Amino acid sequence: MKLYYTTNNRASAVVLQDIPVVEYMELYHDLSERMHDTRYHVAHYFATEIENGLRFFMLVLDDETGEVLITSFIPDYYAEGLASLTAVHPQFHPFEREMHELYGIPFDSHPWLKPLRFSHDRRDRSSTMDSYPFYEIEGKELHEVNVGPIHAGIIEPGAFRFICDGEQVLHLEIALGYQHRGVEGEMVKSDNRLRQTLIAESIAGDTAVGHATAYCELIEKLAGVEVSKSLRLERMIAIELERIAMHLADTGALATDIGFQLYQVACEALRTVTINTTQAWCGNRFGKSLIRPMGSNHPLTEAKIELIRKNITDVRRRYCELREDILEAHTLLARFEQCGLVPKSEMERIGGVGQAARASGLKRDIRHTHPSGYYAEMEHTPIVKSECDVMARLATRLDEVIQSADYVERLLSGYAPSKDIAAPNYEAQLKGEALSFSLVEGWRGEICHVALTNGDGRIVKYKVKDPSLHNWLGLAIAVRSEGISDFPINNKSFNLSYCGHDL
Amino acid sequence: MLVVALSITGVINRTRALLAGRKGIRFFQHIYNVRLQLRKGSVYSTTTTALFRIAPVVYLGSTLLAFLFIPVADLEPLLSFHGDIILVAYLLALSRVAIVLAAMDTGSSFEGMGAAREALYGALVEPALMMAMATLALFCGYSSFADIFSTAQEMDVNLSIVLILVAYVFFIIMVIEAGRVPVDDPKTHLELTMIHEVMCLDYSGVDMGLIHIAGWLKNAIFAVIAANAVAVTISFHWWFAAPLAIIVTGVAIGVVESLRARNKLSRNITYILTIVAMAALVLLTGFLLIQNIEI
Repeated sequence: MKLYYTTNNRASAVVLQDIPVVEYMELYHDLSERMHDTRYHVAHYFATEIENGLRFFMLVLDDETGEVLITSFIPDYYAEGLASLTAVHPQFHPFEREMHELYGIPFDSHPWLKPLRFSHDRRDRSSTMDSYPFYEIEGKELHEVNVGPIHAGIIEPGAFRFICDGEQVLHLEIALGYQHRGVEGEMVKSDNRLRQTLIAESIAGDTAVGHATAYCELIEKLAGVEVSKSLRLERMIAIELERIAMHLADTGALATDIGFQLYQVACEALRTVTINTTQAWCGNRFGKSLIRPMGSNHPLTEAKIELIRKNITDVRRRYCELREDILEAHTLLARFEQCGLVPKSEMERIGGVGQAARASGLKRDIRHTHPSGYYAEMEHTPIVKSECDVMARLATRLDEVIQSADYVERLLSGYAPSKDIAAPNYEAQLKGEALSFSLVEGWRGEICHVALTNGDGRIVKYKVKDPSLHNWLGLAIAVRSEGISDFPINNKSFNLSYCGHDL
Repeated sequence: MLVVALSITGVINRTRALLAGRKGIRFFQHIYNVRLQLRKGSVYSTTTTALFRIAPVVYLGSTLLAFLFIPVADLEPLLSFHGDIILVAYLLALSRVAIVLAAMDTGSSFEGMGAAREALYGALVEPALMMAMATLALFCGYSSFADIFSTAQEMDVNLSIVLILVAYVFFIIMVIEAGRVPVDDPKTHLELTMIHEVMCLDYSGVDMGLIHIAGWLKNAIFAVIAANAVAVTISFHWWFAAPLAIIVTGVAIGVVESLRARNKLSRNITYILTIVAMAALVLLTGFLLIQNIEI
């Protein structure tokens, strides 16, 4: 029997009947074997209510062929529990924890089914943030340091519990959920697609364009609409502008954390130019209102094309100089090199994605492996570093800014304002009884949205995955055996989203 | 002397702003801030004891007392007696003990870490301080700051290079004591990386103001001693030494803070020990030079 329905990131929505319903143990054995191969990693895994029980869906990505394997299973209502895949492949841990939290599914032999984000609709209401089961180690020499959930500065809430031996970190546990707003529930509450777009933009404030693009591509697949080439191109420019701005901000933030004022102010200045360019384009510095389903309210005009080209060329030139300086600053290198190592093997095990995974030698980039939109029409070469340290995560940023700036310059040279960009359409009829997903490489990594529709073509289930969900564990691994005072630079080198995780 | 204490922070801020291409805050903004704090009340954590409340006063008191023993070139200090260099060293140590104990008293894990770091660096930097002072005492045969600097100007030119090195040692000690880059970063908001700042996290209002004032005085003590040592070799007048202390130390710290990253915390120990080694070398060289001259 076929275990998976095979599709890809460009195909239209899948009819639910086409997705095989398999025996869990069969799937379990197949995945236990299959996931040992680096080319596969899990993109989403969730359960949804059906009559008399739950249907589980899983999306597995094949990076070699660009295929997406979709499968589902319906366990017996009276089944005792499911064998845990996390025990074999830790990359399943957030998904299994989420399902345990929401539906109380006991995954046998799962290492520790801790609450993931304390969803409003969690099953066990007695489990609260105050009773989060932190890991503890006994020992007279050890001490615990609790940081957060409220932090100094302007970052989001999240609790970090360190177990230290003197200055050395033995263990870091990250407890999140403080930013939970119930995004997935809000997405299905109303059929108003403008409202849904706005919610998608707000999933993570720093990835507004990325999440909005994921939502729009998903809706377009469900509606069976193919958008024009110019619109695809303009969306790509928007995503790359966001990437440039965020990578610049992170380069500056890393400099701040080591007290290096000069690079900090230089990066801040460049980031301002970049986000102001986005503002000149669509009226919002973070690209909100720029991405809309099936069309755009802000097609590029002659003047805007010129402005973006001019500014990005300028940013690129200045950033190139800065990049040379950073790579030669020995006090900076002394802090970043060989600090916060996440070896490639660990990154594979936890299913790391995006820029952090590429810094650890994993070639995971949706733009390359599962391209959609304009990326499908061009050749993208992911920037991969093998050093696995903070410096590697900085170096991928340094290179990706230049790469993205090149893309923007190349795409805009010779691009004339297009007439075939329609106005947004929020009314299109969606395919009924279907599953639609979208994969987008945001600046942080792989964004995956999945939606299920009912017979009327109404979205009844919406699942969001921000790359942070995978990568938070990477941060915990990075700081092991590092000095506790190096935690901030490790944290910045990942710069993960709290609200993207907490939804 | 007081002017030196009040101005150094202003010069540092100015230099940093200039190098960052910013307009920067007012020159005396730090004084306005402290004035504001002194007018406010204090909030105390319920886990603290009387120790916590006394500490800022002891911290400021002992620093202030030490401050009174320091001459500015030809300006006599308010207090002076034979052997006061030892007293100054231990008054500074006392101030450190007070603030470390207060930090431990809060029971916060951050402050505990900060206290451990401060105690370690304090212990490491003390030999450097002692040896640098000993070098000065050795040259002049006196053991009070006032006597040292008033007789030092008649000394041999050979010794001036050693004196400049002594000044450098005092400057680095100041960087360490004041918690500036590369040892510590006073501008950071990251509790985990702080040394000095993290110990004052629970203080507010008046107490915080007192701690800031003590910090300025401490800076001034080291800056002025360093400036004195240089002034001896060039021009031994207060109008030369005081601006030297303000401008050179202020600009140097501001430039360093803008143009380099701070050390990895574990590297600080090496950094401090380097200064200790340098102080030892200076003392040895000074000793040999003195011997030669007498023979």
